[in-house]
Order: sequence, then structure tokens, then C-alpha cells
Amino acid sequence: MTPLDSQPLVQVKNLTKHFPVLRGLVLQRQVGLVRAVDGISFDIQRGETLGLVGESGCGKTTAGRTLLGLYPPTSGEVLIDGQDMRHTRGPELMALRRKAQIIFQDPYASLNPRWTVNSIIAEPLRVHRLLPTEKERVERVKELLRLVGLSPTHLNRFPHEFSGGQRQRIGVARALASNPLFIVCDEPISALDVSIQAQVVNLLEELQDQFELTYLFIAHDLSMVRHICDRVAVMYLGLIVELAERNELYENPLHPYTAALLSAVPIPDPKQERARQRILLKGEIPSPLNPPSGCRFHPRCPLAKAHCAETTPAWREISPGHWVACHEVA
Amino acid sequence: MTNLLLEVRDLKTRFHTPEGTVYAVNGISFNLPQGSALAVVGESGCGKSVTMMSILRLIPIPPGQIVSGEALYVGQDLLKLSENEMEANIRGKAIAMIFQDPMTSLNPVLTIGRQLTEPLRIHLGLDHNQAQRRAIQLLEMVGISGGANRLESYPHQFSGGMRQRVMIAMALAANPSLLIADEPTTALDVTIQAQIIELVERLRREIGLTIIWITHDLGVVAGMAERVIVMYAGYIVEEADVDALYEMPCHPYTQALLAALPRADRRRDRRLKSIPGAPPNLLVEPKGCPFAPRCEHVRERCRLENPTLTTVSSSAALRGLSGDHRVACWVDLATGAMR
Ligand SMILES: Nc1ncnc2c1ncn2[C@@H]1O[C@H](COP(=O)(O)OP(=O)(O)OP(=O)(O)O)[C@@H](O)[C@H]1O
Ligand SMILES: Nc1ncnc2c1ncn2[C@@H]1O[C@H](COP(=O)(O)OP(=O)(O)OP(=O)(O)O)[C@@H](O)[C@H]1O
Ligand SMILES: [Mg+2]
Ligand SMILES: [Mg+2]
Repeated sequence: MTPLDSQPLVQVKNLTKHFPVLRGLVLQRQVGLVRAVDGISFDIQRGETLGLVGESGCGKTTAGRTLLGLYPPTSGEVLIDGQDMRHTRGPELMALRRKAQIIFQDPYASLNPRWTVNSIIAEPLRVHRLLPTEKERVERVKELLRLVGLSPTHLNRFPHEFSGGQRQRIGVARALASNPLFIVCDEPISALDVSIQAQVVNLLEELQDQFELTYLFIAHDLSMVRHICDRVAVMYLGLIVELAERNELYENPLHPYTAALLSAVPIPDPKQERARQRILLKGEIPSPLNPPSGCRFHPRCPLAKAHCAETTPAWREISPGHWVACHEVA
Repeated sequence: MTNLLLEVRDLKTRFHTPEGTVYAVNGISFNLPQGSALAVVGESGCGKSVTMMSILRLIPIPPGQIVSGEALYVGQDLLKLSENEMEANIRGKAIAMIFQDPMTSLNPVLTIGRQLTEPLRIHLGLDHNQAQRRAIQLLEMVGISGGANRLESYPHQFSGGMRQRVMIAMALAANPSLLIADEPTTALDVTIQAQIIELVERLRREIGLTIIWITHDLGVVAGMAERVIVMYAGYIVEEADVDALYEMPCHPYTQALLAALPRADRRRDRRLKSIPGAPPNLLVEPKGCPFAPRCEHVRERCRLENPTLTTVSSSAALRGLSGDHRVACWVDLATGAMR
């Protein structure tokens, strides 16, 4: 048996999440299926940050939420610290939920405007019955506020009295309240100004060092992902098409979709920008209601051959730790 | 000397709200040569949109008030024109503007064709067939082929990138000389953003369109602009040609912004350098340099007196790069001396 801490903290095996599309008011019938997440597998090591990138609608948020049990999976398995939420009950389930938290994208919409900062941050403490008395909870909330760089005197303020960056810090404090091991960060900085983004990212890194946190970092911003993540997974239409250590992925992208995505990332250097060759993809992302046959990327792929439309490419390890699903990669 | 299409002098715009006066734009001046591409960058609330809306007189008055300034469009002050003249000749005609969210700017219940042809018929007096032909031509110009069929589509049948192209097509309908694009790609994925940047670049080359592009993304700026204005708290704090700005940013805010950016083409070497503090409160009348509370080079004088935008003799200028490099800072960051 492997000792518990050498086992990855998060293990995802063939995870799928489909949403039925229903029609009709009284007698609803299913007219289609959104294959938002359609069979993804990966591990996240303890203390590691895994990046999840891909264009709007490719299934990143759905993947993150299904991992945390916020959506029941359609099939497949998610193990957090060796346990599957679906086979856990009662106090064990509570303990498992406590270990896995989420930071939401929008610091404006994700905090209840009628709650004080104290009640927002203390909520997980109450739900998980972590501290029995109000006094202990208030002390813990003050400690959390200090931890995320806010003043403990802000306890009784409301979210609207804070700036975007400060609100995101409140969201971070809430996620930390229950001493989690694993945090899904769903676009935690997208809504923030550049000068504030760096503050929040540095805070997430400091907290990770301090508490050995494990992150799934979902983001659009591929520059920030290279900075903050240890490994990066690229999603396209519900599937992971490539996964590798960050520098390997950015310097040696193998999947044509990854290459196109990276070639489109703006670089803050005018000379570089003028010299760059962009891979402009044709067409639009197809609907996840009716994904293309074979390789889902084939209708837009500059390398596509006839067999790409027929057979689904296998998920292969090309070099140690570098995984890709593409027929054309040697 | 190149022809100036637009010359803005000392523009000041305020909003009188129940919370107090918002000092949104505090004396902005810039020149826009014909055929050039200018980027205006700065964080949320620094006055980018209000500057452009003031020039087009789209500010709600009240609560807004254009306190002072001139906006000379080919010599004619837009701030003095009558509302009728603005509608008849300027807005959507000589100067077209596109806004950030293409979904809110297109009417979801009307076909793309109807939305494209109606202004052509009403404002340019084209008949049905002419308008139809021109609409197809405009769609082709922005890279949407399939002509007549496409006109029957509704906005929801187009992707975000296509809707943004339609917005650009509509903006081009009356052959404007100047296109003001307010964060046109912020809501779009990078692959689509790259397509829109290519498109605008092509329009500039092919039809000589002059561009003002508002954004907070210094990566996008590097890819599309010739000249850059950096705004902070309603002021221009730095203005330079794109190469000079990235090679030798002279304002502490510009330097800090560039240092706070991770890069997709480089290995990580350290934590990001963050800018401490929060964006400024525009409800207090500016006194001193607006960036002073967050500036790591701050001096006594910075808190008392706001530096004006002055030309610095940078080595970039010596190397023959075209435009002036202007900065509003008391401290010469290269030497540490006061200006
Ligand atoms: N609750 C739901 N019911 C039905 N369909 C859904 C639901 N949530 C998401 N989807 C669909 O699943 C697909 C994946 O959505 P998801 O939000 O996971 O994408 P994403 O990668 O997070 O995109 P973004 O970058 O825009 O946040 C989309 O087609 C979306 O419309
Ligand atoms: N109608 C209004 N009433 C009151 N204040 C306003 C109004 N419109 C704008 N403002 C204020 O003027 C300031 C400048 O706003 P502006 O929209 O120009 O910012 P911006 O630089 O375009 O920001 P963003 O990047 O978020 O679009 C802000 O403080 C804003 O709150
Ligand atoms: Mg999402
Ligand atoms: Mg704006």
C-alpha cells in the first residue's frame, strides 16, 4: 500500500458531466445533451497548482464544480485525499467537503450583499460546526482577515464597502476558513485590475506556501497561468487535449490547438508582437450539444487528415509527464 | 508635419452626484494624426471612456459637465457644435464608436441585415437594394462571407467574435475617418481577440482608418498601437510611441504596471511585483500627484503639487523614434533627480 501522503491529493478518472436539454413545460422531454465535461482524467499532487485553460464554454467551470461535488458527476470518479464523495456519508462526508473549497470568479456577485464580512467568512465555520462559540468564531474571522491582508476592524462592514480586490480577499478568507487542503480557484482574478491581480496572485502563493495548499487554477489568462501553475491542462469542447509541466507546455506545445492558443496570447513587447506568427484558427468552436466526430478539433485543425474525423485520438504520454491527444503528434 | 485629424486640449469632465463631485477627466490634451493608431490604457475608472464620450458629447448632462476644453476635429471644435450638427455629421459619420459588449449593442430580436441596412437607408438615403448590397460588402470587409444568407441571421446565431465584427461593420457603414473602439475585445477569447486585432490592422492599411483603441491590456497595446497614452485618475501620466513606452517607461505607474505583468513567453523568475494600495478616489479634488499614495519613488513635492506632462529627452528620441515622449512626474527615475 502506498503511504497516504505520497498519493495525489486529487485523482480524477474518466469524469463526465452532461446536462440534459429539456423542452416542454409540464411533460418535459429531453431533446439533447450538453457534453460539458466528457471524460477527463488527471491527478493533482499535494501542494501543487494545476492550471486548467481553454476558451469560453469548453467546460472548465463545470469540471471544477463537479470535482467538488457541487454538481453530481454523470460518470467517472473523483477522489480527494483518497475518498469519493459519492461513497461517503454523514460526518465523513462533512469532513471531506471541509477539505475542498472554491474561490469564485466574480468578487461582485459571489458575496451576499446583505451579509456582513463576519457572517460571510464565518459561514463555513458554522456549517462545519468547527468552532462552537460565537466568540471563537469572531476570533477566527479576525485572524483570517489579517491573513488575507485586510483589517480585522472591517468585521462588520458589507461587501459593497470594499473594492474588487478587497472583495476577492474576502472570498479567499471564506475559502480558507475551514482549513481546506484543496481549493478550486475559478478565474479568481479575471474581474480585477492589473495592479490588483498581482496582489491577489501573490496572496494565493503565500497562503499555499504557508498551509501547503493544493490548487486547481482555472483561467483565461495564459500568461498568468504560466506564472502561477506547476502543470497546465488544456481543454477543448469537454476534453483535455494536452497536459504538461508549464515550461514544457509553453515552449513545446504538441497539440495544434495548444499551439494556436499560445500563438494568440498578447505579449507586452511591441518588437516581439511585430515579429510573431499567429496561427489563426478557422471557424468557430462547435456546440457541445453535438461535438464533431473523431477528434473534436478536426474541423478547425490546420493538420487534420481524413482519419482525424473518424477515430478519437488516444490520450498518450509522449515524454515523461507530457500527455497529448492527437493523431498527428509523432 | 502630418495632418492632425483630432486635437484635444485641456479636456475636463466632472459628474455632480449625491455623493459629491466625481473628478473624472482632469485636463487631457493629445494629438491624433490622420491614419494613426492610438491606444489609451489605464485601469478601471481612470476616465478612458468618459474622455471619448466627452469628445462625442455622449455624456449625460446632468449629472455630467464638460468643464473646459476643446476637441478640434479637422480644426472644428466638437464641443461647440450644435446637437444637430453632431448628429448629422459627426456621430456615426465622421467618427464611429464601438462599445465593449456586442450583445447589449445589437438588438436581439432584429436580423443582422435589418440592423445593418436600416441606418444605411435612413442616414445615407440608400434604397433597399443599394442598402442590401452595401451591407453584404461591409460584412465581407470584416471577414464574414456568405453574404445575403448572413443578413437573415439573428445576433444569437453569431458567436461573440462574429457579433463584434458586425459591430465593426456597422461602425464602418458611413465611411468614418476615425474609429473609437472601447475595449472591443475584453470579453472575447484570445484566439478571437487576435482575429479582431488583425482585422482592425487591415482596415487601417486598406482604407486608411484612424484608430483609437481603449483597453487595460498592455499586451494588446503592444500588438496594435503606434502611440500610447497611459491614464491614471483622469490624467494622462505618460504618452509615447509604443516602442519607447515599453523600452523605457518613465512614469512609476507605467513601470509598475509593466512589472506586474507575467509573460507567456518567459519562464517565471520571481513573484510578481504588485502595486500596493487601491485605485484613487475620484471624489476628492486632486491635489498633488494622483499616484503619490501608491508610488515607491514619492517625494515631498509630489504630495503638494501635481506635475504637468512634460517632454523628456529620452534616448529613444535620440535614436530617432518619431514622437515626443511625455511624462508627468517630478522625479527623473533614471537619475533619481528632481525634474
Ligand atoms: N447548469 C448548466 N446547464 C446546462 N448547460 C450548462 C450548465 N452549465 C454549463 N453548461 C454548458 O456547458 C458548457 C461548459 O460550460 P462551462 O461554464 O463549464 O465553461 P467554461 O469553460 O467555464 O467557460 P467560461 O470560460 O466562459 O467560464 C457550455 O456549453 C455551457 O453552456
Ligand atoms: N454617469 C456618471 N455618473 C457619475 N459618475 C460617472 C458617470 N460616468 C462615469 N463616471 C465616473 O467617472 C470615472 C471615469 O469613468 P470611465 O467610465 O471613463 O472609466 P474607464 O477608464 O472607462 O473605466 P473602465 O476600464 O472600467 O471602463 C469613474 O469614476 C466613473 O465612476
Ligand atoms: Mg467558467
Ligand atoms: Mg470604460
